[in-house]
Amino acid sequence: MALKTEELVLNMGPQHPSTHGVLRLELELEGEVVKNVKPHLGYLHRCFEKHAEAMTYPQVIPYTDRMDYLASMYNNFGYVVAVEKLLGIQVPERVEYIRVIMGELQRIASHLVALGTYGLDIGAFTPFLYCFIDREKILNLFEITCGARLLYNYMWVGGLSHDIHPDFVRLTKEFIPYFRPRIKELNDLLTFNKIFIERTANIGVLPVDTAINYGASGPVLRGSGFRWDLRKNDPYSIYDRFDFDIPVGQGLVGTVGDCWDRYYVRVQEMEQSLRIIEQAIDNIPDGDVQSAIPKRIKPPKGMVYSRVENPKGELGYFIISDGSTSPFRVKVRAPSFVNLSVLGEMSKGHLVADVVAILGSIDIVLGEVDR
Amino acid sequence: MGLLDKEFTDGNIVIAKADDLLNWARLSSLWQLSFGLACCAIEMMATSASHYDFDRFGVMPRPTPRQADVIIISGTVTLKMATRIKRLYEQMPDPKYIISMGSCSNCGGPYWEHGYHVLKGVDRIIPVDVYVPGCPPRPEALLEGLLKLQEKIRNESLVKKTA
Amino acid sequence: MKNPQEILEILKAQFPNLEFQLDASLPVETFIIADAMAINKISNFLAENEELLFDSLMNLSGVDDANGTKVKDEEGNETINGGTLSVYYHLYSTKIGHKITVRVSTARENPEVESVENVWKTANWHEREAFDMFGIKFLNHSDLRRILMPYDWEAGYPLRKDYKNPEFYQGMKVTY
Repeated sequence: MALKTEELVLNMGPQHPSTHGVLRLELELEGEVVKNVKPHLGYLHRCFEKHAEAMTYPQVIPYTDRMDYLASMYNNFGYVVAVEKLLGIQVPERVEYIRVIMGELQRIASHLVALGTYGLDIGAFTPFLYCFIDREKILNLFEITCGARLLYNYMWVGGLSHDIHPDFVRLTKEFIPYFRPRIKELNDLLTFNKIFIERTANIGVLPVDTAINYGASGPVLRGSGFRWDLRKNDPYSIYDRFDFDIPVGQGLVGTVGDCWDRYYVRVQEMEQSLRIIEQAIDNIPDGDVQSAIPKRIKPPKGMVYSRVENPKGELGYFIISDGSTSPFRVKVRAPSFVNLSVLGEMSKGHLVADVVAILGSIDIVLGEVDR
Repeated sequence: MGLLDKEFTDGNIVIAKADDLLNWARLSSLWQLSFGLACCAIEMMATSASHYDFDRFGVMPRPTPRQADVIIISGTVTLKMATRIKRLYEQMPDPKYIISMGSCSNCGGPYWEHGYHVLKGVDRIIPVDVYVPGCPPRPEALLEGLLKLQEKIRNESLVKKTA
Repeated sequence: MKNPQEILEILKAQFPNLEFQLDASLPVETFIIADAMAINKISNFLAENEELLFDSLMNLSGVDDANGTKVKDEEGNETINGGTLSVYYHLYSTKIGHKITVRVSTARENPEVESVENVWKTANWHEREAFDMFGIKFLNHSDLRRILMPYDWEAGYPLRKDYKNPEFYQGMKVTY
């Protein structure tokens, strides 16, 4: 007698230890094999775009912090670059160098959280604690500069809110040789661990054409073998003065474009960020960080779309101005929102436990997905 | 607290009130529901990590509400999420406690004025015991909130019903 | 690499009976204005043509132009009659390296735009968001429903300029 089977709909609800926030996934299963994944969003929709229309240009900056709360420096960076393009002003050299250093430190901090929580999803608890210790050191550096640990409101239109502390350069120079061997320790603990490789290699393979068509960017696109980084292909600020590589996925332990590749791209990016910080920290020119901040920010009528390379991908700001002191429309093209749409494609045919691994490798932040 | 400072002199016998004993047991092992909504969740994770350890107070994260004593609402509560939070609260067994962390769950936070989808304070749907202010609160502030909750539990009584 | 003027010429040559305009009057971005009901054909051409090869849609956003007449009704609420809603497409070519912005407009009362989901799959969620926030209907979309607001939200489309907040939602007070 043949067994009667039917499809099961399983709900990975908004409260779940492994969904990185409030995300609801509806899985259609046949046995343990996933047939379709339908994400339901909106559980953290905080109306950022409506607030941006009601506040003045400088008042929007704290709201941009809270979108991708793991990389708030970069959200600020993207917004002020867009507004400065609209105004047509040029910031002093000192401001540019400090912005790059803060951005790269923030990239390392964001990747540490991503790697730590990915290990936690797979089942390894210890790397999480190791990553958070290193992250505390970076948050110390941010705290002596602007006083906040997580949401900074540091980069203002035309400059910065505070100048760097006199000890900042010395402490950063001490951090760099401390952190390099820690990356090697993380590799020994997790990256080349046999169980980790079994769980993540050949899972969630993403071909390059699908990735570009779906608009994926950041480590998700680089893990599939496509060498694309906005810091080199569409440069902004002073990134064209520094010498660094773009790591791509090469399928070292599985196929090109699987979860392990995306994870390893992030580990290598931390090393490259250290290189940029080393080159920049010795050459900060003197100057006043607040000299170019305009008294009243009233851009002419017009619109601009500018993008920067967030740790999660391509962050774009589309700002329309109608000549007054508040923006007319601000649209944020969030990388996690677009990267999440590839989840359905990547998880067809895998088991339920693999969905957790694939979701962790995309590295989403719900504040950015829902804005 | 007098119960714990007594020396165990003869025969390891301690005499105390039933209230004190129960309250001491409850406050020393508050198991929390791992429930993080937004930016405050990252500070809660940092509090559980090794620098500001949460585990030394007996607080352990549990994934299901049926085994949890305390729920820390960390982050903005939206209208879509509010119905689910109410459901989670009703699934927790008594005695249960709520800590509201951050200004978004205290009163709506920075989104109070134009947030059409934000619930202005989680106390509109569930009763809150301790409010921790900040945006986001430092890990030390969250630890102080936990200590205040422990003080509140210490003064509970089996006979007299609290609010 | 082509600049917007050359791209306009190529489009005009390919679609002689459609109207195109180039707007370069305002600072920073110049954009091409196209027809809302023909945007699917135009997008197919922009993605496939060897000189253009726009294979990535960077951003799709809806905008409320608020260029109608403001009317106050008896309770003092302001609504806008007439005017247009617009959709902006930002395209980029990863192989050649040039960018272009395209804009389509549609009437406020019954807004309809053709969907470009079959050309760039990333448009699926972006169009759902434009529908959710502004009420723009995308024809031939596979799954047009709300994405960020709750599925039973009755009070309208939040990012329009004349949106009013409801008082209660499922028993919870919405306003401060």
